[in-house]
Amino acid sequence: MSIPRYAPVAILGVLLAAGLVAPLATGETAPGFWVEVLIGGLMTGVLYSLVALGFVLIFKASGVFNFAQGAMVLFAALAVARLAERMPVWAAVLATVAIMVMLAFIVERIVLRPLVNQEGVVLLMATLGITFFLNGFGQAVWGSDIYEINLGIPREPMMVLGKVFEGGVLVNRDDIAAALAAVLLVGALAVFFRRTATGRALRAVADDHQAAQSIGIPLNRIWVIVWSVAGIVAIVGGVIWGGKLGVQFSISQVALKALPVVILGGFESVPGAIVGGLIIGVGEKMAEVFLAPPLIKAFDLAGGGIENWFAYVLALLFLLVRPEGLFGERRIDRV
Amino acid sequence: MKGRLKGTLALAACAAAAFFATSGTALAQANEQFFPVLVYRTGAYAPNGVPWANGYVDYLKLVNARDGGINGVKITFEECETGYATDRGVECYERLKGKGPTGATTFQPLSTGITFALTDKSFTDHIPLITAGYGRADSVDGSVFGWNFPIGGTYWDAADILVQHVGKKLGGMDKLKGKKIALVYHDSPYGKEPIALLQERAKTLGYDLILLPVTHPGVEQKATWLQIRQQRPDFVFLWGWGVMNSTAIKEAVATGYPREKMYGVWWSGAEPDVLPAGDGAKGYNALVFLAPAGKGAVHADIVKYVYDKGQGTGKKDDIGEVLYNRGMVSAMFGVEAVRKAQEKFGKKPLTGEQVRWGLEHLEITPEMIRKLGMTGFMEPIHTSCENHEGAHAAMVETWDGKKWNVVPNSRYESDMKILEPMIRASAAKYAEEKKLPTRDCSKEDGA
Repeated sequence: MSIPRYAPVAILGVLLAAGLVAPLATGETAPGFWVEVLIGGLMTGVLYSLVALGFVLIFKASGVFNFAQGAMVLFAALAVARLAERMPVWAAVLATVAIMVMLAFIVERIVLRPLVNQEGVVLLMATLGITFFLNGFGQAVWGSDIYEINLGIPREPMMVLGKVFEGGVLVNRDDIAAALAAVLLVGALAVFFRRTATGRALRAVADDHQAAQSIGIPLNRIWVIVWSVAGIVAIVGGVIWGGKLGVQFSISQVALKALPVVILGGFESVPGAIVGGLIIGVGEKMAEVFLAPPLIKAFDLAGGGIENWFAYVLALLFLLVRPEGLFGERRIDRV
Repeated sequence: MKGRLKGTLALAACAAAAFFATSGTALAQANEQFFPVLVYRTGAYAPNGVPWANGYVDYLKLVNARDGGINGVKITFEECETGYATDRGVECYERLKGKGPTGATTFQPLSTGITFALTDKSFTDHIPLITAGYGRADSVDGSVFGWNFPIGGTYWDAADILVQHVGKKLGGMDKLKGKKIALVYHDSPYGKEPIALLQERAKTLGYDLILLPVTHPGVEQKATWLQIRQQRPDFVFLWGWGVMNSTAIKEAVATGYPREKMYGVWWSGAEPDVLPAGDGAKGYNALVFLAPAGKGAVHADIVKYVYDKGQGTGKKDDIGEVLYNRGMVSAMFGVEAVRKAQEKFGKKPLTGEQVRWGLEHLEITPEMIRKLGMTGFMEPIHTSCENHEGAHAAMVETWDGKKWNVVPNSRYESDMKILEPMIRASAAKYAEEKKLPTRDCSKEDGA
């Protein structure tokens, strides 16, 4: 008797769902607070997804795991913030689009083209180099203070569902704006990939490089386009993260949270980046709020937030039961 | 031909040897005092590291430009970027400790993590560590920590003063019983340092202490502030650094926690901590122990002798910010320690060991503070072999949306009846664990 392919995933899903509702079952947590943590996790997950999308786009089109996506987010956010000091925000965003396209050209010409047909690990190392360059160069050019991107969204929280839960549920407007931006971005990417000739060419390259080349699709141009699109995704992520936290070096480290997202969702899947982001966001917030305090108490731990590493634990659990990620393509190699 | 070439080469070798020998002698005789400058101008903590470094370096430049050095001994310095990382801090220390004719004067790492790492090295290298307002709280005890100087205040002082202040706000320390105080802290040696004191005070005063760690660099705090929203503490003490501070204030806004009930340690009370939060930071409080924001006579000198000569380190407009002033006062401690030590050892470049003597005999009186142009920027300091701290007072200030304002009648001294036994016990435990000999301060020279 063979075990159905989705059985381990289903079992893991049931276990996680049980963990999710466990705080409610104990009766110690007010339902309103549980909903707040859930919403907070979902909103954070959306923000992770915005960074993860950049990883996915480049991996889909070129098979390169672009470690520099976090640095691109920081670089784009710094550019928008500093340029916005001299011009309206919309003009700063447009100017940054031009900068990111230029960056894509430079990366393709200086880094990717000479390394064509090299091992994946070589390209990964190259993107590591780009990471350090962009982090250092960005700070050297734009500065290392905390800069503000004012999106005009009020910071004060809203209270909703006051009739359902005692005291209502707290929701932040900037989180809602981030979620809307993510939805619009995914929609735009879907239209780009499915309805435009360039998008179809990108999908062809993603499916088979050599076949795409044989029908006349220029690989170099495709790489420039995909890095440009990843740059634009970085601008969206950078503006939203920067508007929320202030633009500063730490934004580049958000990319480290996008890694478990793509592990969980699958390296080649746009929906995977979204769903993975939501699972990681909810998982880590629930763990930090409901799991960490009893763990610290029970085992007399030295303390320390668990949300940072819990995201990776969650990703590893999924990796065990589904190595290609939730939405990743299953690879079967001929032996 | 071959013989002539050999002769020429031999001559050149002799000339080179003579050159290096002469320049080596010249180096040894240089009338210079070397100050290593550990900074972080890039990375997650740069917004706070930069103004401190600018104040520190500008003061060293001022002493050279205005006074011609310390009693004629010119100050030389070199920056090394640590990025607030302990490993890079140790690397910088190793690179710079032997520089200058007499080696490094003193190190000021501006990082508790680096301080912890360098403390062990100080026992063998004999270079003092000035950790003004940070580092190990028990390093006040100079009989054990012979080379650490937490001048002006420790985190135990800060925590004790905050407890005193909120007690006073409630109408008396007895009113703290049954109250909840949440400590939102950077999950690092720095952030953990006040926990021992807050727990000790909780035992006697009867408040509940909620510990909420925030992982480096502190941009992810949603879960932390949701817990605060759930537990509704009466006060939040913030022990953050860098971007963690402004993020905490933003999250407090986002979860509706009143900023008036938030109190930051003195490393959570500078302009980069509140400005990114905009109007949301109004009403937020923090401690100030050395150098509040503002300008005095020393700043006018820095403008005149350094910036107007085109030698300024940062932007002229940033002179007088909280962290700029703290860097400036920290540099002054090193300079005055050298000046004091010169009274005993002569007006010449001094070794770290000799500077240690100066640090243990610092006597910065109100009159001297006036002469330094720093009136209103620091407490009088009196150090000794036994007490490497010299002062343990702080004030509370509030951000009004544009500037910091010191709260009237908010100067407190930490309660040494509580702190002293904790310091001595912790230092003794450290000495036992590390098998360190303790100094008998009564027998020290000049004690």
